[in-house]
Amino acid sequence: METKDLTCIGCPLGCSLVVTMENNEVTSVTGNTCPRGDAYARKEVTNPTRIVTSTVRVNGGSLPMVSCKTKEDIPKGKIFEVTEALKSITLEAPVHIGDVVLSNVAGTGVDVIATKNV
Amino acid sequence: MKNYDLVIVGGGPAGLAAAVSARDNGIESILIIERDKELGGILNQCIHNGFGLHTFKEELTGPEYASRFAKQVFERNIEYKLNTMVMDISGDKVVTAMNREDGMFEIQAKAIILAMGCRERSRGALNIPGYRPAGIYSAGTAQRLVNMEGYMPGKKVVILGSGDIGLIMARRMTLEGAKVQVVAELMPYSGGLKRNIVQCLDDFGIPLKLSHTVIDIEGKERVEAVTIAEVGPDRKPIPGSEIRYECDTLLLSCGLLPENELSRSAGVELSPITSGPIVNDSLETNVDGVFACGNVLHVHDLVDYVSQEAAVAGKNAAKYIKEGKDSSAKAVEIFPEGGVRYTVPKYVRPTEIEDKLTVRFRVGAVYKNCYIATYYDDTLINKRKRPVMAPGEMEQVILDKSKLAEFPDLNKITIRIEEA
Ligand SMILES: Cc1cc2nc3c(=O)[nH]c(=O)nc-3n(C[C@H](O)[C@H](O)[C@H](O)COP(=O)(O)OP(=O)(O)OC[C@H]3O[C@@H](n4cnc5c(N)ncnc54)[C@H](O)[C@@H]3O)c2cc1C
Ligand code: SF4
Repeated sequence: METKDLTCIGCPLGCSLVVTMENNEVTSVTGNTCPRGDAYARKEVTNPTRIVTSTVRVNGGSLPMVSCKTKEDIPKGKIFEVTEALKSITLEAPVHIGDVVLSNVAGTGVDVIATKNV
Repeated sequence: MKNYDLVIVGGGPAGLAAAVSARDNGIESILIIERDKELGGILNQCIHNGFGLHTFKEELTGPEYASRFAKQVFERNIEYKLNTMVMDISGDKVVTAMNREDGMFEIQAKAIILAMGCRERSRGALNIPGYRPAGIYSAGTAQRLVNMEGYMPGKKVVILGSGDIGLIMARRMTLEGAKVQVVAELMPYSGGLKRNIVQCLDDFGIPLKLSHTVIDIEGKERVEAVTIAEVGPDRKPIPGSEIRYECDTLLLSCGLLPENELSRSAGVELSPITSGPIVNDSLETNVDGVFACGNVLHVHDLVDYVSQEAAVAGKNAAKYIKEGKDSSAKAVEIFPEGGVRYTVPKYVRPTEIEDKLTVRFRVGAVYKNCYIATYYDDTLINKRKRPVMAPGEMEQVILDKSKLAEFPDLNKITIRIEEA
């Protein structure tokens, strides 16, 4: 039996979680205030993922940059590939919240979408 | 002079939510005044996610959260003026403001809501020795440069202070290709949210050195290196613990201060602890008809609470405009004790509140497995266990009107942290 201490990042409460594992299988999660914490812990010890937020350049908008995010979370190990892929992109204004900035970013199957109107 | 029933100073999340709530409670004549070129306040530069989980049950980025509230303002046709700076507020509620088109102008308001937010503590307040070379930025300034202007302040970074903005910027600059070498924090605990330490530092192997401070900055034109040292319980550097980092950028994330110059000129009494106005249960200051909400009142950790608080201020301002107020209502003071640093509100009028009143506060140190205890005079009313409480996070207690009514001669309310 093996235990791991984690901090849930599901919301700013940041509950302290203890995951108990046996033969690489999660047997229990404690310390979570809500079910999201349980789900986070199970994922974090097997396949950790993150939402990535960044910016890309825009031509002709009210600002030179527009903020964006991965629509869903992507594998943690791909974070840098995602930000790297966004560096080469320049959009033309107007850009609206929800517009796809880059589809299937870094082969994750996840789209990057704009989070601001510029 | 123009007349409005309600003038709201600041168009950040607090100002927007206050305006929406005042309109929904029957006030037609409302003006929001914002000095920036768009509504949304500080959220426009907070491009990371984590906003609005409580309000929208979704994890939004700052600009998305701001745009949802801005949309509510647009839908209600609430008037607002951008690029307009409020210069002065008088005790009889005359607002003096200025912009390019109108020049200087005055507005007589029946009620005012202060929603100016906060600013970062400056380096001057920190007393770091050495030259003042280029390459030293407040974390918030760096955030604005990177996220809104697309400009990277530097390549090798040291961050002093572990407030949320510093943590967020450690990740942001790392993702943009910079090497963030260390985050040094003077206190023995971080001032930021735990989730930000996990996602912004641990994920990228950036060390957090608690009880450390910057003791030297090298470089005349531009920062070349920074030396940090461990501090003892007296917060003085311990000789021999120095570590030198070569870097071109030093970010300071040393906390936020409510922006209250205007409040002062209006005669609003400020709390020495929060640096924000002292308010009663309706979030009204000592000046009749002047209300406050959001970060100008006390620095919040979560924007959801800002929006909730602002809605309360908007509703109460509407009530004040329509009904005036009963100045004879008895007010009871809340005393923060045993680790509770302050409470907002500070005064409660048991006869005036709605069924439930949220009292928010922060603690002064890290507490594990302790209780938040509430007393009416000497009677224990409620005791709630909290696994962890930390200065970086806001806590709350809910007061019940019906329970308060059982204590007609109540003199004081005490909120205290108690050991198990
Ligand atoms: C870097 C950072 C990261 C954060 N991260 C999170 C997070 O992950 N999750 C979360 O929930 N919350 C987060 N917050 C907190 C949240 O953003 C704030 O609590 C919220 O923005 C406060 O709203 P406000 O309206 O009180 O202040 P602000 O957003 O600061 O708005 C105040 C407005 O008033 C205007 N103003 C000031 N003075 C004048 C004047 N004299 N005349 C006219 N206008 C004026 C300003 O221009 C500004 O637009 C973060 C905050 C910061 C700074
Ligand atoms: S367990 Fe639930 S309440 Fe606790 S941090 Fe995670 S999401 Fe938030």
